[in-house]
Amino acid sequence: MKRLDCLRAVYPELEDCAVVTIMGAVAAELYSLGHRANFFYLEHAMGLASSVGLGIALAQPERKVVVIDGDGSVLMNLGGLTTLARSRPKNLVHVIFDNETLLSVGGGAPGGYKWFTTATSTGADLAGIAMAAGFPQAKTVRELGDFERAALDALDSNELSCVVAKVEAEMPKSFLMDVHMLENRFEFPRALQQPPSNQRALRRPTRIAKEQPTTIPAMKSLEE
Amino acid sequence: MPVSVANSQVVYDAMKGVGVTLVSALPETWLVHLIRMADEDPQMTLVRLAKEEEGVGISAGAHFAGARSAMLMQNHGFLQAINGIVGVSLLYKIPLLMLITDRGGFGEKDPWQTEGGKYTRPVLDALHVAHDDLTRPEDVEPKMAKAMTLAQSSLSPVALLLNRDLMWEEPR
Repeated sequence: MKRLDCLRAVYPELEDCAVVTIMGAVAAELYSLGHRANFFYLEHAMGLASSVGLGIALAQPERKVVVIDGDGSVLMNLGGLTTLARSRPKNLVHVIFDNETLLSVGGGAPGGYKWFTTATSTGADLAGIAMAAGFPQAKTVRELGDFERAALDALDSNELSCVVAKVEAEMPKSFLMDVHMLENRFEFPRALQQPPSNQRALRRPTRIAKEQPTTIPAMKSLEE
Repeated sequence: MPVSVANSQVVYDAMKGVGVTLVSALPETWLVHLIRMADEDPQMTLVRLAKEEEGVGISAGAHFAGARSAMLMQNHGFLQAINGIVGVSLLYKIPLLMLITDRGGFGEKDPWQTEGGKYTRPVLDALHVAHDDLTRPEDVEPKMAKAMTLAQSSLSPVALLLNRDLMWEEPR
């Protein structure tokens, strides 16, 4: 399964969403399908795309947020999965392209050769980790049809969802993107000022429930 | 526990006064009341982090979505978050209000806090992050307002260091 085919399958559904991608191949390929102002490409800070998505999801609970992540990035912020799960924003879909390699930072090579693999190549199961972190739903898919169904189900569901797509470690045709990082940074919040239309808006907008306040027992500090 | 409830309330009120609606945090002794206040406030979204760097991303997302936010952390939390501060806030020019409890200074009794405190200001300076100390309760509200104003106008991270004299009431 190719990442680009997966992106092409969901591209029409992203119109109303806030989309946050990681750097490298994912950003370049989504861009190649046609840039939109509601796409933000996080070109650095590997691991934080899902955190950026969480901040958007909490501040705009009426908008669908789609984070398009990768195995290398997710593995740099596994704790972030637990933060997502406990915050449980019902408007966030976490797509993870798992090519089992750190392709975009130099771990891949033409022809799909993987010389710097990630731990998903030796058995780390990101959907399993997401479920164990407390995600209400997470799924691994290996065929394009399955990806499309899982992604559309996730977008339609009123629940935090994770879809792990096992894809080839293929370089994008080009890494070139004719939108400057800062241009992208300023157009994105402007796009988020527009209220989402009904097409992909949450059907039942819900205020994100706070966790139950905890009673802090008397703590003894070593300073005392 | 002699963490000042009254001054924690002053800090909390000042934070709300500058429009903060989302707080991300990891606890440390001096922050327990501030975090509890955020937790008990139905108008505040509290995100309990696993590691501080996440908070930088969350604050960036909140900014994109039109919300003001703050991060509550300790010296080592700040040191932990540096890659995010550089790779998100500074690189993308995103306002970020960091409230850092400043452990490890004069009066510190916990030996394990004594290194992190030494490097906080030099690292903030190295990153050209504007910072100021919160020492007296009467300074909190104006300094918070000025810090938020600069963060928003310069599209940069700013830091307020919560001092021992503000946060800790020595038993008499």
